[in-house]
Amino acid sequence: MLAVSVRRGVENKILFSAKDLCTWFELRRWGFFRVGSVKAVDGVSFELRRGETITIVGESGCGKSTLAKTILGLCLPARGELNFDGKRLNGLNTRQMRSHRSKIGYIQQDPYGALPPFMTVRRILEEPLRINKTGKKEEMKRRVREVLAEVKLTPVEDFIDKFPHMLSGGQQQRVVIARSIVMKPRLIVADEPISMLDASVRIEILELIRGLQHAHNLGVIYITHDLSTVRHFSEHIAVMYGAKFAEKAKVKDILDNPLHPYTRALLSAVPKLDPANVTTFKEVPPGEPPSLLKPPSGCRFHPRCYAIIKGLCDVESPLEFEAKKGHSVACWLYRK
Amino acid sequence: MKILIDAIRQLARYPSAIAGLIIIGTLIGMSFYAVITIPYSEAIKLWQGRDGVWNEIPRNAEPKWVNLFPGINLPETFILNSEDIVSKSLQPLGGGIKKIEKRMEFDFGYDCFPQEMSLFFDATYDERPPHVFLTWLTPDGREINLAERRADAPYRISLDRDLAREIGGLAPEVGLFADPFAEEIVPLQGRYGLQITGWLFEEDSSLDVRLVVFGQVHGIAGTDHMRRDLMVALLWGAPIALTFGFLAAVGVTASTFIIAAIGVWFGRWVDAVIRWITQVNIILPVLPILIIVGTFYSRSIWVMLGVIIALSIFSAGIFVYRAMFLQIKGMPYIEAAKAYGASNFRIIFQYMLPKLVPVLIPAFVMTIPAMVFLEASLAVLGLGDPLLPTWGKVLKDAWVNGALLMGHYYWVLLPSALLMMTGLGFAMVGYALDRIFNPRLRES
Repeated sequence: MLAVSVRRGVENKILFSAKDLCTWFELRRWGFFRVGSVKAVDGVSFELRRGETITIVGESGCGKSTLAKTILGLCLPARGELNFDGKRLNGLNTRQMRSHRSKIGYIQQDPYGALPPFMTVRRILEEPLRINKTGKKEEMKRRVREVLAEVKLTPVEDFIDKFPHMLSGGQQQRVVIARSIVMKPRLIVADEPISMLDASVRIEILELIRGLQHAHNLGVIYITHDLSTVRHFSEHIAVMYGAKFAEKAKVKDILDNPLHPYTRALLSAVPKLDPANVTTFKEVPPGEPPSLLKPPSGCRFHPRCYAIIKGLCDVESPLEFEAKKGHSVACWLYRK
Repeated sequence: MKILIDAIRQLARYPSAIAGLIIIGTLIGMSFYAVITIPYSEAIKLWQGRDGVWNEIPRNAEPKWVNLFPGINLPETFILNSEDIVSKSLQPLGGGIKKIEKRMEFDFGYDCFPQEMSLFFDATYDERPPHVFLTWLTPDGREINLAERRADAPYRISLDRDLAREIGGLAPEVGLFADPFAEEIVPLQGRYGLQITGWLFEEDSSLDVRLVVFGQVHGIAGTDHMRRDLMVALLWGAPIALTFGFLAAVGVTASTFIIAAIGVWFGRWVDAVIRWITQVNIILPVLPILIIVGTFYSRSIWVMLGVIIALSIFSAGIFVYRAMFLQIKGMPYIEAAKAYGASNFRIIFQYMLPKLVPVLIPAFVMTIPAMVFLEASLAVLGLGDPLLPTWGKVLKDAWVNGALLMGHYYWVLLPSALLMMTGLGFAMVGYALDRIFNPRLRES
């Protein structure tokens, strides 16, 4: 822990930043005619320093996973700017884009689906190395053993020649994590890495990611819909609603003092160990998450909001107001 | 490639697959044997049966191995020629005329009568053919005058009505071998003879004779109504069936697979057009189209092959493969592969294809016998290749000539057995491959 804190004492430089990022999917009829577009990510900005974690939290269908894919370069942004490690990512050609992608680790939600079922663990871990032509065969073999040991799949011999279906869910997710770090990336995108695992292994996996982050000073973008794991895991948090960030701050600030009405509702939905929960009914915002094909006018949360300001919230889209230093919120309630 | 080699190695673990491979190997061996021993042109000539190539073969003879069954002792064909001559004399009579006497003898030890008898003359002359007088000598010392005739055309002893009348109304091949003192008509076993007395009317004239006593059995496979040895068709049927089945299966599987991949990969209007064509194509009836082509255009097996492949490019299989491709395209591991920089080519061939190989290879192996059966069905429907001897055409001949009604079971049994063995062999290998390629179906 000492080494970690020392490293953190140094002002880490910005590893990744997004500015006004938009990812839109066009809808076509009969493969020809445009009939509209789904704005899955619509004007998102954030930055991340080395060794830090940002959690992006939001309900299903709010655009979290699309944001992850845009960061990974799997979806092309329609607008906005992406910077990674001091390099601008917009306008890269296919080859540059591929080498960019290999510098970001990707941990997926479904560990079984994320591993090719017809490859052994050895082959799965060698693939990124082979594709990016890193080093000789011997080095590749050594690196594979190294990462397997790092994700604590030991003894290595017991796992290296297994097919994914022979492993448990937690072991599969460890292989996925091993694959994400095999190229020695500086940034890891973890898209709901624990939501499909048994409760018993969730903490282990989170601790593993945390440990790897400390060991290699990695930036982590952690995407989840589950707020209960966030406090011990990350420094920053961004609450996403309807393809936009509703609120963005340090974890402590948001968990202790949520500002946006949506964040408040989200936090109140987190179960707490309180016997009173048996009898109380939790207040949840009425209505459905917004359609990203035809989002509501003005603030996207206004149809469900208890503090709606008529004539403003339903007309004008809110700006990001800085309520406190490092705590921005997109809500008209905090206009100055 | 490595996948295939591994699969073949693993096949050895399945006894059924080994049995299947043995069957397929036997069929392939049979094909090579057929092609090497009976060249293509030879096979065509034999099967057309022109120029009397089958003259000395019995009609509708059963296979020789029926004699292995207890209580069956059917005569084989035997041919008496100059080697069987026991005495021979040549006597010039003056004026260029010569008298020639020959006597041939043979042992007959069967419980059944021969099927037919013919005497073939091999005479050289300019204008006047030699004249012969034929006498039949039985083991019990009787002498039966067969005929007196010119040696210019084969003497079909079995068709000689005068002779039949003379020996008591029995067919000659029965009457000549019958025991005159037995109550029932049974053959008399012993040494028979044929005495030939001939007159040559020219200086350079010569005379040679061959007596063919057609048996009831012939070869391993028997013969058909045109005296053709069925072995020719059974042997040559193998390379034709395997080639047809293999090419058709390759054509059908590969074309369907590629079209499905193209549709999924390019998506949008390409996919839409492929789906429309497929939807129209799958309601077109294949068999009637093949019958129309066969009736009005060509019955060549290669034309049929082309039509079958053309009709199946946009077959229902496209929907199956397409569904699988779509599912695979959306798998997280494809996305992961993209994320660590795999190229499109690598994703298709190393990530998408291996996932389909488990389905593709067994399906391909199973398509081979299906195509073999299709070809046989076309032949039975009268759309077989006009030249090539195939199993289907043997079945068709057997059916048209009422083989089962007449008790010629071997005529139907052998080609059917070969067809069924082909199906069985490929099916056993196919099911084993299915287990090998789907690791989750493997026994742990």
